[in-house]
Amino acid sequence: MITILFFGKLAEIAGSSTEVQEVFSTDELLAQLHTQYPLLASEKFVIAVDKKLISSNTILNDHSTVALLPPFSGG
Amino acid sequence: MNNDRLYERYQRQVILKGLGAEAQQKLLKANVLVIGAGGLGCPVLQYLVAAGVGRISIIDDDVVDLSNLHRQVLYNAQMIGKPKASCAVEVLQQLNAQVKFTVYNERLTNQNAGDILSLYDVIVDGSDNFATRYLVNDACVLLNKSLVYGAVSEYEGQVAVFHVQQGSGYSANYRDLFPHPPKEGEVLNCAEAGVLGVLPGIIGTMMANETIKLITETGTVLANKLFTYNTLNNQTYELELTARAETRLLIPATLEELMQTDYEWLCGSIKVVAEIDTDEFNTIIADGNAAIVDVREKDETPVITEFSHMQISLNRIAEHTARLTEDTIVVFCQSGKRSAQAVQQLITIFGTAKKIVSLKNGIVKWKNEQTQIV
Repeated sequence: MITILFFGKLAEIAGSSTEVQEVFSTDELLAQLHTQYPLLASEKFVIAVDKKLISSNTILNDHSTVALLPPFSGG
Repeated sequence: MNNDRLYERYQRQVILKGLGAEAQQKLLKANVLVIGAGGLGCPVLQYLVAAGVGRISIIDDDVVDLSNLHRQVLYNAQMIGKPKASCAVEVLQQLNAQVKFTVYNERLTNQNAGDILSLYDVIVDGSDNFATRYLVNDACVLLNKSLVYGAVSEYEGQVAVFHVQQGSGYSANYRDLFPHPPKEGEVLNCAEAGVLGVLPGIIGTMMANETIKLITETGTVLANKLFTYNTLNNQTYELELTARAETRLLIPATLEELMQTDYEWLCGSIKVVAEIDTDEFNTIIADGNAAIVDVREKDETPVITEFSHMQISLNRIAEHTARLTEDTIVVFCQSGKRSAQAVQQLITIFGTAKKIVSLKNGIVKWKNEQTQIV
C-alpha cells in the first residue's frame, strides 16, 4: 500500500492523505491523481518519496510514502 | 549594565549544558538581518533580542494595519499607520537596551539587496511574497550567507536553514526545493488565503531557535532539510534536500546580474501585457478589422485624426465592452501605461476569446515616428 500525503492547498483538493495500490512509479501515480483530482492540474508542487525530494520519475515500492508539497510565501 | 547584571539576564540560558558563556559571547558578537517585521518577523525579533544577539537590523517597507494585530504581536492599536520596522524597534529596545538596532523602512529590492545583505552574518527571511524570497535566496547564495527560512499558509508552516557552509561546500538552498518561482495566482498569499494567528508565532519561534543554534554552533540546524508543521492535526514532516549543481544555473552568476534580474516579473507580480510596435500598429490600422480604442480622457492632446478609432477612457472601459465587437482590440494612451492596464481589464472580461493588445510606448511616440517618415 502506497501512502500519499497532501500539503497546503493540495489537502483541500484531495484530503490530507490517501492510499493507493498497484502503482509502480511517480509518473504513473501523478497521472492517476490528475484523473482523480482534476483541480491538481492548476497547482504547483514538488514531490518527495520516502522523505526525499525527487526531480524525475522514481520507482515506488509497496511501502513508499509520497508527499506532494506546494510552496508557501506567507509571512 | 555591569557584567553581573548581564550574567543575571542570560543566566538561564548560560547555565545550559552545551551553551554556556562562550555561546552567549557568540550571540553578543552576531549581526543578524531580519527581512520582514510581520507575522514571522515579530517572534523572530522578540526571541533574538531577548537571547542577546548583539546587532539586529530590520527591513520592512510596510505600515501597521488593524488586520495585522491578530498575529504580529509586537504591535498595538496605537501604532496603526506607522512604519513596522520603527515600531518594532521602539518595543524591542524596552526589552533589551544592549542590542544595537538598525532600521530600514524600505523594501528589499534587486538594487539594494547585495549592499544590505553583505553586512550581516545571518539572514532571516520572514517576508510575505515570492519575489522577495527568491531575491533573498539568490543574494544569500552569491554572498555565501546562511539563510534561516520560514513560510506560512493557512494552517501550515515550513522551516529550513539554507546555504550553510559544510566543509568546502554549502547545504541546499531554496531553489533546490522550489527551483522556479510560481506565477501570480498559482499560489495564494496570506491576504487571500488567511492565516491562523498562532501559526507564524510557532514557525517564527522555530526560526529564532534555528538562528540561535546557527550562531552558537549548538545542536543540529535544519540544513538540507525542510520541516513542516500542521496546526490542525499537529502533524510534522521532515523532508531531505540535496544541494544540486544544476540549481546554480537558475541563480544569477554575479551581484551585477542579480541587479538586472526582475524578480517581480519572474514571480508574475507584474502581469505581462501583449504590446505591439509602430509597424504592427500601422498594419492593423491599414487592415481596418480591429477595434482601436483611445483610453485617454476626452480632452487629452495630441488629438488623433490620422485613423478612425473610439474614445473610451480607462476608468469607463469595463462598462463599455458592448461597443467592442471586433475580434481584435487595440488600445492606446499617451505613454502605454494606461493602455496596458486597459488590456488587463479587457482580458479579465473577454479571456482568450479576443486578441487584445496595447500600443507600446503610447501614441506620442507613434505620432513622432509618423512625422519622421514624412
